[in-house]
Amino acid sequence: MGTTVIERKDGVRKSQMKQQSGGTKINVKDLDLFYGDKQALYKVALDIHEKEVTALIGPSGCGKSTFLRSLNRMNDLIDGVKITGDIMIDNENIYETNDVIKLRTKVGMVFQKPNLFPMSIYDNVAYGPRMQGIKSKKELNEIVEESLRGAAIWDEVKDRLKTSALGLSGGQQQRVCIARAIAMKPEIILMDEPTSALDPISTLKVEELIANMKKDYTIVIVTHNMQQAARVSDKTAFFLNGEIIEYDETNNIFSMPKDQRTEDYVTGRFG
Amino acid sequence: MVVRENYENKLQELKDKIIEMNRLTVSSFEKAFTAFKTQDIELALKVIEEDTAIDNLEAEINQFVVWLMVKEQPVARDLRGIIGALKISSDIERIADFAVNIAKSTIKIGNPQSLLSMTNIEQMKELSIMMLQKAVQAFLDENMVLAKEVAGLDDQVDEYYGETYKRITSYLSEHPEETNQLVQLLFINRYLERTADHITNIAESAAYLIKGRIYDLNP
Repeated sequence: MGTTVIERKDGVRKSQMKQQSGGTKINVKDLDLFYGDKQALYKVALDIHEKEVTALIGPSGCGKSTFLRSLNRMNDLIDGVKITGDIMIDNENIYETNDVIKLRTKVGMVFQKPNLFPMSIYDNVAYGPRMQGIKSKKELNEIVEESLRGAAIWDEVKDRLKTSALGLSGGQQQRVCIARAIAMKPEIILMDEPTSALDPISTLKVEELIANMKKDYTIVIVTHNMQQAARVSDKTAFFLNGEIIEYDETNNIFSMPKDQRTEDYVTGRFG
Repeated sequence: MVVRENYENKLQELKDKIIEMNRLTVSSFEKAFTAFKTQDIELALKVIEEDTAIDNLEAEINQFVVWLMVKEQPVARDLRGIIGALKISSDIERIADFAVNIAKSTIKIGNPQSLLSMTNIEQMKELSIMMLQKAVQAFLDENMVLAKEVAGLDDQVDEYYGETYKRITSYLSEHPEETNQLVQLLFINRYLERTADHITNIAESAAYLIKGRIYDLNP
């Protein structure tokens, strides 16, 4: 396996960003990632701030999903992956811990397509807490209600908690997925194109939800929908060919990006 | 590289509308002035009548921009460009209204020839037209040098305005029998000063498109 790290100049351009209220939650430095011989990320460096929404944008194959998955070590599951560099969450290097379960409890994930288990709504949301050993019916009831409320779907499903989750609409299923992630009481939620399979109204509901969740969670979202990135995120990072080209306040990225490549991408001139 | 050909064509169409609106406004200004100097009431009435075409173009540009926003959801330079076009069309429309005001003054003033020589009105009009051409060109070509030149010319118009104002008011105190004509001249002096301010706004819109930040070229 080719493991030579190719030194490339970090071309990230950052402007002076606003002082953060919550400080840095995730600190990434010099991150190189290889799938076998193929290098997918080059010296990625990024500070993700607490209780903010950070959007990752860029054309297909630019490395944004790879980067997202490296934040809770989902890439570990792929053969031949080699990662160098540091990913610090709350000042702890996540690649130096052996407790990946604990990491993934802290860093939840929501995928592109709703991936609920073929079981009831209740059992889907209670699945994680049960795995953690919570048995008390009362406690589980509380977690399920709180999580479904947190995902803005409680009122729609409270009378059918024991029916199959797969009977819900796509948009509802995605919000139950978010509830399932919330049930683990994570601090960070990663979202990989969470609305790309949803209709416009469900998309708006999930976007509203993201805006509300920001007060409790640090959210990192990969999206191909530029308007979505503009609407929901505080910061935006533009990836291209495995590098971060520009990382800035979302307002700046969409009103006056500094790098011509960012400008060309957000205005639809390539990608 | 995907070139958004359709969108580029739409942007060009928008620019063409601005160019046409500008052309009509310059022509309206020239006509209003000729009418004023030669006391050609018919030409003055024509200026008033033709203003509708400029108003219609502004409405057309507004509608065009709204549709571009809806259909293309532009961002970054594209967004700044069409916001600029929207603001510029509004400024040009206002400038054309000043030409109409001059035409209206022409109808009221009687023969101003003997009084004109104490004013800078002729120079102000020449400067204004030059500024307008430069400001619109600054926007179309994204030329910051031209935008800044406009700001310099505006200072000159302001000076002319001040001088003319002083001369007319002091003459007025000695010749109260000519009040009506002098007041119209004061109005025209003011219209030209305001015209130059609106042109400076156009240069500011051009600067915003080019640099992505707000410039105050008319402090």
